[in-house]
Amino acid sequence: MSAKPEINADDMVNIEINGVPMQAAKGSMIIHAADDANIYIPRFCYHKKLPIAANCRMCLVEVEGVPKPLPACATPVMDGMKVLTSSDFAKKAQQGVMEFLLINHPLDCPICDQGGECELQDIAMGYGRSVSRFAEKKRIVKDKNIGPLIATEMTRCIHCTRCIRTIELVGGDKELGGMGRGTKTLIGTYIERSVNSEMSGNVIDVCPVGALTAKPSRFAARAWEMRSTAGVAGHDCIGSNINTHIRNKEVVRVVPAENEKINEVWISDRDRYAYEGLNSDSRLTAPMIKVNGEWVETDWNTALEEVVEGMRANKDNLAGLMSPNVTTEEAFLMQKLLRDMGATSVDHRIGQQDFSDDGQAPLASSLGSSVEALESLDAALLIGSNIRHDQPIASHRLRKAADNGAKVMLLNSIDFDINFPIAEFIITHPDAFAADLAAMVKVALEQNSSATPDGLGALINDVIVTDVHRDIVANLTSANNSSVIIGAQAMALADLSVIRSLAGLLATLTNAQFGYLSRGANSIGASLAGAVPYAGVGGKAVSAGRNAKEMFDSPAAAYMLMNVEPEHDCIDPVQATSALKAADFVVCLTPFASDVMRDYADVLLPTAPYSETSGTFVNAAGTWQRFSANCAPLGETRPAWKVLRVLGNLLDLNGYDYLSSEEVRAEVARDTGQLKLDNTQDWQCPASLGGASGIVRITDLPIYAVDNVVRRADALQQTVHAVSETIAMNQATADKLGVSGAIRVVVAQHDDEISGELCIDARIADDCVLVSSGTVLSSGLGVPYQTITVTKD
Amino acid sequence: MINSMKSVFKSLFLTELLKGMSVTGRYYFRKKFTLFYPEEKTPQSGRFRGLHAQRRYPNGEERCIACKLCEAVCPALAITIESEQREDGSRRTTRYDIDLFKCIYCGFCEEACPVDAIVETRHLEYHFENRGENVMTKEKLLRNGELYEDQIATDRARDAAYR
Repeated sequence: MSAKPEINADDMVNIEINGVPMQAAKGSMIIHAADDANIYIPRFCYHKKLPIAANCRMCLVEVEGVPKPLPACATPVMDGMKVLTSSDFAKKAQQGVMEFLLINHPLDCPICDQGGECELQDIAMGYGRSVSRFAEKKRIVKDKNIGPLIATEMTRCIHCTRCIRTIELVGGDKELGGMGRGTKTLIGTYIERSVNSEMSGNVIDVCPVGALTAKPSRFAARAWEMRSTAGVAGHDCIGSNINTHIRNKEVVRVVPAENEKINEVWISDRDRYAYEGLNSDSRLTAPMIKVNGEWVETDWNTALEEVVEGMRANKDNLAGLMSPNVTTEEAFLMQKLLRDMGATSVDHRIGQQDFSDDGQAPLASSLGSSVEALESLDAALLIGSNIRHDQPIASHRLRKAADNGAKVMLLNSIDFDINFPIAEFIITHPDAFAADLAAMVKVALEQNSSATPDGLGALINDVIVTDVHRDIVANLTSANNSSVIIGAQAMALADLSVIRSLAGLLATLTNAQFGYLSRGANSIGASLAGAVPYAGVGGKAVSAGRNAKEMFDSPAAAYMLMNVEPEHDCIDPVQATSALKAADFVVCLTPFASDVMRDYADVLLPTAPYSETSGTFVNAAGTWQRFSANCAPLGETRPAWKVLRVLGNLLDLNGYDYLSSEEVRAEVARDTGQLKLDNTQDWQCPASLGGASGIVRITDLPIYAVDNVVRRADALQQTVHAVSETIAMNQATADKLGVSGAIRVVVAQHDDEISGELCIDARIADDCVLVSSGTVLSSGLGVPYQTITVTKD
Repeated sequence: MINSMKSVFKSLFLTELLKGMSVTGRYYFRKKFTLFYPEEKTPQSGRFRGLHAQRRYPNGEERCIACKLCEAVCPALAITIESEQREDGSRRTTRYDIDLFKCIYCGFCEEACPVDAIVETRHLEYHFENRGENVMTKEKLLRNGELYEDQIATDRARDAAYR
């Protein structure tokens, strides 16, 4: 929904700007033609990604034959038009507008965070008068508190309405608006409330003045003090391009970098404010070893010797676990190191419990299309996805599609707050997902009259087909361009393999694409680099080992953990922490130290988070995005690839002489070069479709609990989307369990028991109890999607 | 010929010497320039650029708003500023250091300051005994400001018409 119309080669008109003849598309505005020809026209309200408002009047230009100046952003080009952008007439008009804009602007540039990078400052210098004639009183507007992320200074506002349009177009809700008229115009939230969109930070970038600035970095740095370095956001599988601003070796703020193919000019609040976690107090600054139960800081040599000793002593029973947020290079080196040691158990799929289709399922779960292509879908079925919180940029793309009439359909256990029209949705018990998908497959099979795959006939015989199933299949089939997408929340399901094969079959039958929006920033990169127990780099055959769950079910003697906090990240936190505590030797390569970690680990090696290391993230579309370190590592911290490389040398292994992460990447690229990301898989008939099995604990991955960095970002944890430590269920479930009206409830699963506040949440399906993962509560429970009992506390 | 005659005349009657001695004699009876420093001091311009100070408003509030323009303009990179939001929401420095070893007393900081917070006083007699004392911290600067406020204010008021 860009403001700029598509250019059609036949519909060009000839115009002249400042005497330069040029062609412009019919229907486009003067400002589009001028921008294309690199002729700058001053503007405030016009933004290339937003609808045209034409209310600032800064872009007034002279058009020959027209007695009055015309706004370049709202005047369509016409054949033979002669535009003058800097004639005396146009300049006088621009100076007049500038003078009016400055009447009520406070000129408090010295204390304004925008000072030095302010469009108003720049344009006032370039197009304003040198002196002010205004001696009357200026307007003062009370500041609004619109949440912990955006600082307001509304006196500075020039009412360009870019923020209103951005929050509507990108944020998805009409959370901001203008009230009053003339000099009494106020921009605000109508009633006193915070701006809650997960993309709200984008209003800061579009604001041409300092009315909206970033609250966490308020007054921390001036524009000229910061060094901007390019990077890739490391919190979801979209891989938004970002610019990280560094001051004194510390990340001060993050702003989007333009990449039309991925994030356009927007980024999510998670990508923007997660940097606060990078500067958190729990950063590890020196290697630490445990001596007689006491932690002591030491130098790298001693710590690495300790690791070598520990790994050698336990080399028969060694396991390695990493988060899906590590770089491809790190994942590759860790699996190489462990496999060279003779270990087979290495995995990155920390949030998954069903591994039964390992080997049959595609090695890397990619989206199956480009991120950009989500926009042009006509129909999409999302399975187990809170897309708005999991991948905000993908959600934005899909929202554009939905606004253009695409039919987006959902299959979830929680009725997530989705900010675009949903054509069909099924909110059901997670054990019924398979049955619902089977019903859709049944409908598709009837329509398609293609042969029923082996063994499926018996399974779908008794499946009840409803109108919703029929509508979903009809939508998918009738669309030219449709997609079945398995979301990040589905990765934790107990019957993921069944869902996977049924969804794949449904996609084939309805002629839809089949893809995943997986968990983590780099799960595809890690999979390709061989960080899965059943395949080596690029899918090379290896002797199979234990996966991310099994390595704790049947504990190893020694563990190597990279960038992972098992108490929050693992599918079974209880099992994981107890296995780690019982292990002979645990080494953590981690940027952060936590108390739980200090309890089970023997050596803590401070490794660099994504801002301090070079590396590569492979996004959902399979795009390899390389980035370099934004700043020097904190204290004694070292990039993990260097640590692993040195460990390889110390362990007397061959082939660890990399001089740069580029060399590591080249090796991974060489071994995976021929591999095409493909989600098709051979049909594997599920043994059963499950079926509702009583009260089940479900989980979701809250937007600000996804990884160790985000969990430490203070401002994000103050938002409404912050991790909520509650036990949630709907009223009917609470009544059924007899806990209705209770304040606290106890959830018991096998031997584990947690007690927490009860929250009645109508969004949750019947017979489901939600304890979000990444919370303190969930770290006391075992595997989700299993039967539990709930009693009053 | 004439030149050699002149030269003989000059050297015979010591005219140059007498000319020189007359200058000496003239100054001998004039008022003396020499001052008995430190008991006596030369007069100073109101624009003298000596030791730095930070000023406060009459109500006691520090003037500095941490805009960092002085830091940016300083040609010797002598100024280091850290800023944050104070509890009342105003923008304030948490650190304001001027390294007097680096400072070249050019007065640009004073000129750049939008609120007349950083000033150079007329004070020029200071010394350091230990390493590190050359760094004027925010506390020291504010104390200087309190010490010399009367003079600073008078000087600025007198100079206002020309600024």
